[in-house]
Amino acid sequence: MNAAYYPGCSAAGSSSDYEQSTQAVCGALGLKFASLPGWNCCGSTPAHAVDTELSAALCVRNLDLAARIRAERVATSCPSCLSNLRLARKRMENPQFRARVNELLDEPAAEQLPQAYSVMQLIHEEYGPELVANRAHRRLTGIRIAPYYGCLLSRPADVMADFGNPENPQVMEGLLRACGADVLDFPLKTDCCGASFGIPERRVTASLSGKILDAATRMGADVIAVACPLCQMNLDLRQRQAARECGRDFNIPVLYFTQLMGLAFGFTPTQLGMKKLMVSTASLLKKLDAGA
Amino acid sequence: MNVINLSRKDPSFTREVEALSGQQVSACYQCGNCTAGCPAGFVYDLQASQIMRGVQLGLKEQVLDSKAIWMCLSCSTCTLRCPNNIDVAGVMETLRHMARREGRIGVKTVNKFWTSFLDTVRLFGRSYEIGVMALYMMRSLRIFTDLDLAPGAIIKEKLGFKPHVAPRGGAEAVGRIMKRYQERAAREGGKQ
Amino acid sequence: MRIGVFICHCGSNIAGTVDCARVASLAASFPDVVYATDPMYTCAEPGQAAIEAAIREHRLDGVVVASCSPRMHEPTFRRTVERAGLNRYMFEMANIREHVSWIGKDVEANTNKAAELVSMAVAKLRHNRALHAASFDVCKRTLIIGGGVAGIQAALDCAEGGIPVVMVEREPTIGGKMAKLDKTFPTVDCSACILGPKMVDVAQHPNITLHASAEVEDISGYVGNFTVTIRKKATYVDWSKCTGCGECMEKCPSRKTPDPFNEYMGTTTAISIPFPQAIPKKASINPQFCKMLTAGKCGACARACPSGAIVYDMQDELITEKVGAIVAATGYDLVDWTTYEEYGGGRYPDVITSLQYERMLSASGPTGGHIRRPSNGEEPKTVVFVQCVGSRDRSAGRPGCSGFCCMYTAKQAVLTKDHLPDSQSYVFYMDVRANGKLYDEFQRRAVEEYGTEYIRGRVSRIYPDADGRLVVCGADTLLGQAVEVTADLVVLAVGVEASHGAARLAEKLRISYDQQGFFMESHVKLKPVETNTAGVYLAGVCQGVKDIPASVAQGSAAAAKVLALLSRDKLQGDPQVSQVDVKRCVACGKCLRTCPFGAIEMVSFRGQDKAHVIETACQGCGICTSTCPQGAIQLSHFTDNQILAEVNALCQR
Repeated sequence: MNAAYYPGCSAAGSSSDYEQSTQAVCGALGLKFASLPGWNCCGSTPAHAVDTELSAALCVRNLDLAARIRAERVATSCPSCLSNLRLARKRMENPQFRARVNELLDEPAAEQLPQAYSVMQLIHEEYGPELVANRAHRRLTGIRIAPYYGCLLSRPADVMADFGNPENPQVMEGLLRACGADVLDFPLKTDCCGASFGIPERRVTASLSGKILDAATRMGADVIAVACPLCQMNLDLRQRQAARECGRDFNIPVLYFTQLMGLAFGFTPTQLGMKKLMVSTASLLKKLDAGA
Repeated sequence: MNVINLSRKDPSFTREVEALSGQQVSACYQCGNCTAGCPAGFVYDLQASQIMRGVQLGLKEQVLDSKAIWMCLSCSTCTLRCPNNIDVAGVMETLRHMARREGRIGVKTVNKFWTSFLDTVRLFGRSYEIGVMALYMMRSLRIFTDLDLAPGAIIKEKLGFKPHVAPRGGAEAVGRIMKRYQERAAREGGKQ
Repeated sequence: MRIGVFICHCGSNIAGTVDCARVASLAASFPDVVYATDPMYTCAEPGQAAIEAAIREHRLDGVVVASCSPRMHEPTFRRTVERAGLNRYMFEMANIREHVSWIGKDVEANTNKAAELVSMAVAKLRHNRALHAASFDVCKRTLIIGGGVAGIQAALDCAEGGIPVVMVEREPTIGGKMAKLDKTFPTVDCSACILGPKMVDVAQHPNITLHASAEVEDISGYVGNFTVTIRKKATYVDWSKCTGCGECMEKCPSRKTPDPFNEYMGTTTAISIPFPQAIPKKASINPQFCKMLTAGKCGACARACPSGAIVYDMQDELITEKVGAIVAATGYDLVDWTTYEEYGGGRYPDVITSLQYERMLSASGPTGGHIRRPSNGEEPKTVVFVQCVGSRDRSAGRPGCSGFCCMYTAKQAVLTKDHLPDSQSYVFYMDVRANGKLYDEFQRRAVEEYGTEYIRGRVSRIYPDADGRLVVCGADTLLGQAVEVTADLVVLAVGVEASHGAARLAEKLRISYDQQGFFMESHVKLKPVETNTAGVYLAGVCQGVKDIPASVAQGSAAAAKVLALLSRDKLQGDPQVSQVDVKRCVACGKCLRTCPFGAIEMVSFRGQDKAHVIETACQGCGICTSTCPQGAIQLSHFTDNQILAEVNALCQR
């Protein structure tokens, strides 16, 4: 596989721990990516909320950079970037749309743009649960994980068909189960956490994140596994805001799935950037040590 | 509540929404599945299915002035579960674009946040979280936004104080994309 | 030749966009046309009388009517000309309604096209010859495929009318879906109590031969003379010896065998009789779960059977039956609702189908008629019914309404309150379709007297909360608001599709089926029981969704059609069949291989092989005529001369 890596803005900022743990896990599995030094922001929600062509232009510039280094795929950890990159590529199939987007770019984009894939999908496809299990020496035995995908890994269904049924994706479950964890059938796994409304309309995010935290807590989860920087921020950094909105207390760590896999692969919490997590992971790590 | 005179409805509005979104709004039979699954519905003034009904009836003012089209989280649960294959989230986004072009901003905070975000992208080629916050606080005069989170976030190095500038001409290229976009939008009319 | 032409106005149907008088005046100038007119309604009695009068007055020997589709009125006008003394094949029809007036608005162009079609019909008629149908013997027996309530009704009516019936049922018992139901709407009659006696009548009627656990393997022949091959599936029990005593079930150790009759709620034994009122009341072995048949060890049933009926090495058996008519009554199956992952996709034990709920309500069902949560056996307090699962859902490829779900849901809500007076039922619906006799009144009673809460909106999702109860997320569109109900039991009103295997059967019967697999009737309004294959009739849901009274009515209607057909000793064949010119035939055999009906055989003619058409088997499709390299086969009434005359008429105008 010849894939270029698109980190997305959060990787350089609030979710550098996601980036760190992704690199650790991919490194351990021997998954290598080409780098895209001049990459830019995909525009995230604000761009497509304002204008579809603007959003596409920002995304296409990145896909075009990847095409220039002859990458067949673009790998990214961030579901929001993934969704934007995929939607832009799909819309570029329409010649009128392509012409409008090309007007915004310095020069017209390559005819053939590489498709974007999530790192989760690539680990699943290139290695699969069996090889992950072989590598996971420090089993996550007894750790009850609520897997949480959020909105964008499985929707919109027509561009995000990789994870099986969009109502009940199973890829993250497979990877975490391969690490020995007790993965719960988490019914809210594709619910929305409130996305970027944490800043402008805090109540929406607090209420929606609260519902997810509440369900995971009631199911007896030790940890919520996430794959999205924004979901992680809403569930972890904003956990107290959610608690206030729901009128109850939460104390549930929210880890990236790569951090959980990394722990199973034998990396230390520091190597996985876990000091960035807001909710204490002490009891989780204690349980892990007790199990091992 | 006023009586709505349906004989004065605007069929061109329905046609425009259908053309811009590529969706057949008349296929909606008002089952309410979009409303039932909408995570943000609890803060909507009009529910998703009511927005669809408004579009069907050509009630342009009610639809474009609604808060709902701005509070939509774009999670597309509605699209996934629509029994009539309508991309409801796509219709909501189209309505947001139309409202914005006409300068109808139903929820100012959300719009200011988006503008602040895109400003940092325009300047640096990448988004810059503290920058977005600062710009947003200035625009919205909500200087206490998330102040409760700041100490923890800073200790945990969640938020970097230095913007990340896209290297190798990336920032400048994005600046040019934004400039061309704004010029074209101004040329084609409508407030951006 | 003296030809008369009649250009029908069909009220304004044709005259609205065709200048009929002008077409008639143009037709008057066509070769051999001696009379042309444009009546208002040609098919009406005065219109037909006018044709007869014109034939006599103008000494016509051929008639052209330009009106609607020949599918509609060709037989009508053939009878008309016959009454006036002409051969029925000295008549031609031009379709200027479906092919002209209904599809275009330009009067000039329409008038022109109508005149062209009339000129073609005239040109063909000039080459027509009188044809005479041969008659043949009719086999006075009928086959009925499917032993649900529609098939049962058809069988009993035919049998009572003196026609021997062969009934083929795929399952080990007849009774179909109705036998699984607890009660029926709107009277809340016990389903088994009203169907049971009819099932017994089928078993006891001297005119009915029942083959259960059997399927139609092959059908050949034609109306009046079908040959049917039936596969009698191995049941591993000699039914001529089995008395239905049930000793075998008592002793069978494989007690975890899936129970299809109970819709897989609970289990049965590997050897079993589906339910106490089964007809025939005979045991069969499920070979996948029988220890003897899978591991070669057990034999408990053989030891227990007092009549020595167990035959472990039984094989499928093929038998043939001759019949003159066939009724398809194959019913329906439920849509595979497990594709609805948002409703749990089958993962949540307390989300069940409406048919499973019927079994739960039934005293002979797996819970003995007690409503229980499958997950923990407790009585539910809150029951939610979700309508239109797999119906009215384009995204699932099921755009249509399943017809009876609204009513059985109302019935189930009523029965829930009867069983559990402290319970509360909710029904999520989009529209209540209650258009049968006393149906709307019944549904209102469910609301007003039984306190069922009807909520207008679809359900977006169902998921279990931490306590194992089910959160049903829906909308109340009348309130304009998302709503939730926390339920103990959720019943999905799952939509219907054609019975599994219906398409394969349709191909054997040479009948059409629609996108949902339902068999196509000959005419949606006027021939709802007939198919486009003569002698094959439809009854029940196999033709389209309908409830029990409608299925029974259609069963009787199909029987009436069979009785009318088989009341005749001989049937007239259709003379529009192929004929071989033996002088030209070189016996290459191509026609033999291409004929889809096996209607061509090779015979010896003065010492030479020659193709020969079996007139009764030929359907007049014409494939052989275009296949024959020698041009030795001509289809009567559609000869090369006739078709070329039409082409010439069109191209030379």
